Amino acid sequence: MSNAPLQLQNICKNYGALRVTDDVSLNIEAGELHAIIGPNGAGKTTLIHQISGHAQSDSGRIIFDGQDVSRLPMAERARMGLVRSFQITSILPRFSALENVAIAVQARSGSSFSFFGNASKEPALNDAAIALLSRFGLAARAGVPAGQMSHGEKRQLEIAIALAAKPKLLLLDEPLAGTSHDESQRLINTLQELRKELPIVLIEHDMDAVFALADRVSVLVYGRIIASGSPQSIRDNAEVRAAYLGEEAA
Amino acid sequence: MNNLVDLDAHASPALATPRRANRAYLLPLIVFAIFALVPLSVLWGSQSFILALVTRIMILALAAMSLDLLIGYGAMISFGHAAYVGLGAYSVAILASHGITDGFIQLAVALSVSLIFAFFTGAISLRTKGVYFIMITLAFGQMLFFLGTSLAAYGGDDGLTLASRSMFFGSKFMKNDVAMYYVAFGVLLGAYLLLRAIVASRFGRVLRGIRENPVRMEAIGFAPYRYQLTAYVIAGMIAGVSGFLLANQTEFVSPAYTAWQRSGDLIFVLVLGGLGSLHGAIIGAAVFSLLADILSHYTENWALIFGPILILVVLYARGGITGLFGSKS
Repeated sequence: MSNAPLQLQNICKNYGALRVTDDVSLNIEAGELHAIIGPNGAGKTTLIHQISGHAQSDSGRIIFDGQDVSRLPMAERARMGLVRSFQITSILPRFSALENVAIAVQARSGSSFSFFGNASKEPALNDAAIALLSRFGLAARAGVPAGQMSHGEKRQLEIAIALAAKPKLLLLDEPLAGTSHDESQRLINTLQELRKELPIVLIEHDMDAVFALADRVSVLVYGRIIASGSPQSIRDNAEVRAAYLGEEAA
Repeated sequence: MNNLVDLDAHASPALATPRRANRAYLLPLIVFAIFALVPLSVLWGSQSFILALVTRIMILALAAMSLDLLIGYGAMISFGHAAYVGLGAYSVAILASHGITDGFIQLAVALSVSLIFAFFTGAISLRTKGVYFIMITLAFGQMLFFLGTSLAAYGGDDGLTLASRSMFFGSKFMKNDVAMYYVAFGVLLGAYLLLRAIVASRFGRVLRGIRENPVRMEAIGFAPYRYQLTAYVIAGMIAGVSGFLLANQTEFVSPAYTAWQRSGDLIFVLVLGGLGSLHGAIIGAAVFSLLADILSHYTENWALIFGPILILVVLYARGGITGLFGSKS
């Protein structure tokens, strides 16, 4: 038995007649940043949905932290430390940046079935939230409604929210999507820091970022993993080049 | 803790600045001050119907405010909230018809029945979303309506007249309309403060978060269902108390209290007053009742004027009347 923190064992997902992920097996090892790449429609986001519990797998098993989480809902997996971000920015738009993070801190500290006392004035929650915002350069923006932040700030905020939920493993679905060059540089620096702290599964289209960050890369094509290995071996893999990297590597 | 000062520097824009906070308190303060003083107008020779009208406004406001917890803070559009008003009212009337006039017993029954009905119908309704949730809450409300009409022993369609108002500590002080008024006032104020605390609490913040983005909340570990169901039960129980007051005030109950039109009125009141502010429900209830009262003096078809007013509010004043004051929380 492997003791990898996250183990995918033959997981599948069908939407009607369409098989979106097909018999995916993969171990995410402690301390690694594992990138999953593949052309559009390969099933990458569906795979993240299955791992996070946003979508239930039709078959196969998902082992996280030694437990079978295949049938657990997303909220329960998140409480175990399997935390994700979204390809399309997902924040609480009318909450301030501070409250977006503080509520995630709240999720992992004490009961939320508490009906008295002003949650927005709890020092322990706010201190932790401010510390995280500072880390992402957002402290000065703490009071801004999240919906009014720039796209790049929202992407940073979303990772801050994910970290506030005390992840043991982070699933990032295209964190660089739609960001400007400066913003993505900043996010890449952030990820360089984060990878030292916890294992990360990263879906990303930006190949420069993938090859700069990843310890290992898996290539998903039509829902199947066609190759898995070090960035260099993926670059050199003829099948991958044919299926996906073709134009980029040329 | 050592960076508390630091936190304040960062967080102050997040929390309302003192002046804005004061303004947020001002409107509800004025509203409650007016309610507190209305009975004095009787001394100046105004007629007692004013007392009855304003008592009914406060009872309506109580029900609408509890619905605001669901719609305004929880994005749960219940179209069957009048059911709880009916449950509370019938608790009083049925017990009274059997000679049980003790208010504490009646209130305890009203709260328990509302709790049980809200728990079971909420547990089912909250498995649906959007328009299905609206329809299923409507269906549960109508179920109670038809149950009421079929209760031949308790008046069926015609309803049931109370022999007397509830007694507390063996006293019939609620017979006095001013006492009745202040009981309604006290309950409304208490419920307002309770709900104000709840929406600012950890629980309330989760509820508001689910309103904003349920998937985001699940992704950080909150299962929306439990929080929504809890809110649903709290709102049902408060509406049940409003039914308890309504039966006492009118000394009459009928299935009409639970009709879908009454649930619609509650939503109308909220949209008129402004969703998600609590005191918007109170202002909405006052404007709704006064408008209906005044318009009905001029024409029987007052609803024809009422409808366009609602449309105008929805089109031009999204935040309702409170939105015009800019103090929506």
